Amino acid sequence: MFEELIISGYGGQGIMFCGTLLAHLAMEEGLNVTFFPSYGAEMRGGTANCRIVIAREEIGSPMVKNPSSLIVFNKPSLIKFSGQLKEKGLLIINSSLVEEEIVKEGIEVIRVPVTQIAQKLGNDKVANMIALGVYIKQKKIVSLESAIKGLESILLLKNKEEKKNLIEINREALKSGFKYNK
Amino acid sequence: MEKKILIRGNEAIGEGAIQSGCRAYFGYPITPQNELTAYMAKRMFEVKGVFIQAESEIAAINMVFGASLTGVRTMTSSSSPGISLKQEGISYMAACQLPGVIVNIQRGGPGLGNIAGSQGDYFQATRGGGHGDYRTIVLAPYSAQEMFDLTCLSFQLADKYRNPVMLLSDGIVGQMIEPMRQNWDTNDKNIEWKVRGEDWILNGCKGREPRMVRSLLMEEGELEKLNWELNRKYKKMEEQEVRVDLWNIEDAEIIIVAYGIAARIGKTVIQRARRQGLKVGMIRPITLWPFPIQVIKDIAQKVKSFLVIEMSLGQMVEDVRLAIEGKRRVHFCGRPGGSVLEVDEILDKLREISNLK
Amino acid sequence: MKKVFSYPESLKKTKFSYCPGCGHGISQRLVAEVIDEFKIREKTIGIAPVGCAVFAYNYWNFDVTEAAHGRPPAVATAIKRVLPDRIVFTYQGDGDLASIGAAEILHAANRGENITVIFVNNAIYGMTGGQMAPTTLLGQKTWTTPWGRKAELSGYPMKISEALGQLDGVHYIERVAVNNPENVLKAKKAIKKAFKNQIANKGFSLVEVLSMCPVGWAVTSVEALQWIEEKLIPVYPLGVIKDKSKST
Repeated sequence: MFEELIISGYGGQGIMFCGTLLAHLAMEEGLNVTFFPSYGAEMRGGTANCRIVIAREEIGSPMVKNPSSLIVFNKPSLIKFSGQLKEKGLLIINSSLVEEEIVKEGIEVIRVPVTQIAQKLGNDKVANMIALGVYIKQKKIVSLESAIKGLESILLLKNKEEKKNLIEINREALKSGFKYNK
Repeated sequence: MEKKILIRGNEAIGEGAIQSGCRAYFGYPITPQNELTAYMAKRMFEVKGVFIQAESEIAAINMVFGASLTGVRTMTSSSSPGISLKQEGISYMAACQLPGVIVNIQRGGPGLGNIAGSQGDYFQATRGGGHGDYRTIVLAPYSAQEMFDLTCLSFQLADKYRNPVMLLSDGIVGQMIEPMRQNWDTNDKNIEWKVRGEDWILNGCKGREPRMVRSLLMEEGELEKLNWELNRKYKKMEEQEVRVDLWNIEDAEIIIVAYGIAARIGKTVIQRARRQGLKVGMIRPITLWPFPIQVIKDIAQKVKSFLVIEMSLGQMVEDVRLAIEGKRRVHFCGRPGGSVLEVDEILDKLREISNLK
Repeated sequence: MKKVFSYPESLKKTKFSYCPGCGHGISQRLVAEVIDEFKIREKTIGIAPVGCAVFAYNYWNFDVTEAAHGRPPAVATAIKRVLPDRIVFTYQGDGDLASIGAAEILHAANRGENITVIFVNNAIYGMTGGQMAPTTLLGQKTWTTPWGRKAELSGYPMKISEALGQLDGVHYIERVAVNNPENVLKAKKAIKKAFKNQIANKGFSLVEVLSMCPVGWAVTSVEALQWIEEKLIPVYPLGVIKDKSKST
């Protein structure tokens, strides 16, 4: 297994959290993993993206140029990265915000309206967890149960007890992504 | 399974310092090392150490000078432009034989450059950087684990030789998040630290003769005497402290020499090159000074040629050439300005080299 | 019989190497006397600057370190923070404190570091041969102002003590002189207060000492005493500039 993933969207869409959670899950599975965030001079706005490498073997470069998977949350991200996707690569698109049909041969495209699903759940901020759910089901990196366990442990680390409903909604988002039928 | 945590390179340095008993940290904001300063602000408060956001990098290194005098383990961190400002202080520390750790999370230069990871400060780090005849040990981590481990080693070596030690990393390894072994006791109360150097520190002259710490040595021959004394120390470092990581050397015909982030990229290159039948191995200097001259010399006898890769216009390549003394070809592939070396461009270079007669 | 005068324990039994008529020897002796009187010699760490006063470590009989030019306040900050129960002071000239070290003194003062600063102002760079200092007077001839300091070229005599006095972190600042016995006694009183403040954890205290440099000023030793009275004091008036313990 040698997975190279780029996750990209607007700042504020939870890109970095999505990426670090995946890295955490991979680590808990005993895999090697690197997470490299893009960091601009701007603190807010602009595009945010991160590069994740997950492998059984030792990981050299953490810099992903031609990803085997790509998750895009907005149109600029699709334009910027879809051309770099490897053959037979996986492309997950937030179809709530990206209307464009992608014309590229030999890749698998999954369009999921993650923002809309998240809004139905009550908070559009959990769109990231829905996309992650879709991704881990496709790539079979971890089971849903392990993913939920990992999510809970990370959110508990970051937040106090009173944020219990935050954990609840993130868990539901992850589940609904995992169970999404294209 | 031993416990692992996911940690950012910059923060791994911070925890390495805390676990090494560092109890005085002085910083100044500059990207891409800010996570380290923020981490130290929090952790120093927790372990009741000293944290100061100094008014400048110059003040910060002089605070390190002052803290070191008292015998506490002390550190400062910055990125390239800020490290230039610290050079005066590092020279004074070397002259006064004061231990201390200076972290450089390199970014693109010269000038204000950019905030992307780069390796343009090799000359500055390994050639002293400041004025005068002195050396600093330079360690080059290439993973979150090594950010932690080599920080610990930096403190040990700084104390062992009473000399400043530089941890030379870059914005990519600093920003990258990776798993790291958590093999320490998380209860800070159990972290031991004690004042070192009872025979040279300044803490008030109770029960002993007053001491002075100085680097102005105006008497005839006085400075030269210190220089020779320092030189004996530097020679000992050269004999005892060379550290190097060898990878896929046994059957290699071409050797990549790289450190830090370039070595990470180099490993990916070697994984791919070997699948294509190219016999490539790697020498990764962990100590950039002292430089692994003898290791390179010995391996040179068994291989065809060398390729040095750096995220710069070529700095360490000069040390490799000096070590090989013209006996093998030394090629170079580099990118400056915070641009990342591409695996494919290095592979192309490797193929070109392997086709050379 | 009561002993009223003796050689301070805080001074080494050696001769000052300063030029005849120089004020540094007086100031450094006053510091030594005060340290003796508070019985803090064994827990004091002094910081010598770059400039004529760098040699202070040859004369003081307690722990002393040199610092890079202008950086004594940064060095002192770290020592005091790591060892808060020690007495830490800097001894700096006008070039060291007001020129190259302006940032360090400003921020140490603003942080309210609990240290003592002895700032010796003789309106010139002595050690390097008599160049213009930030505190050099208008019209004063130096090696680098051969026709006298001109405001339009080099700005004005810097009243850094008054500037520092504006900072909330500062507890006490006083300007004194060492050009006659009466002033020397007042200087000692101020220096004593500046150390007492530190012992009582009151915070940042600074004493500016107007001091003679007959060689740098190209006058005789006796004329230098007059020069302070007639030239320096009118620009740098003596007295308390700030004292928090009085204002509340």
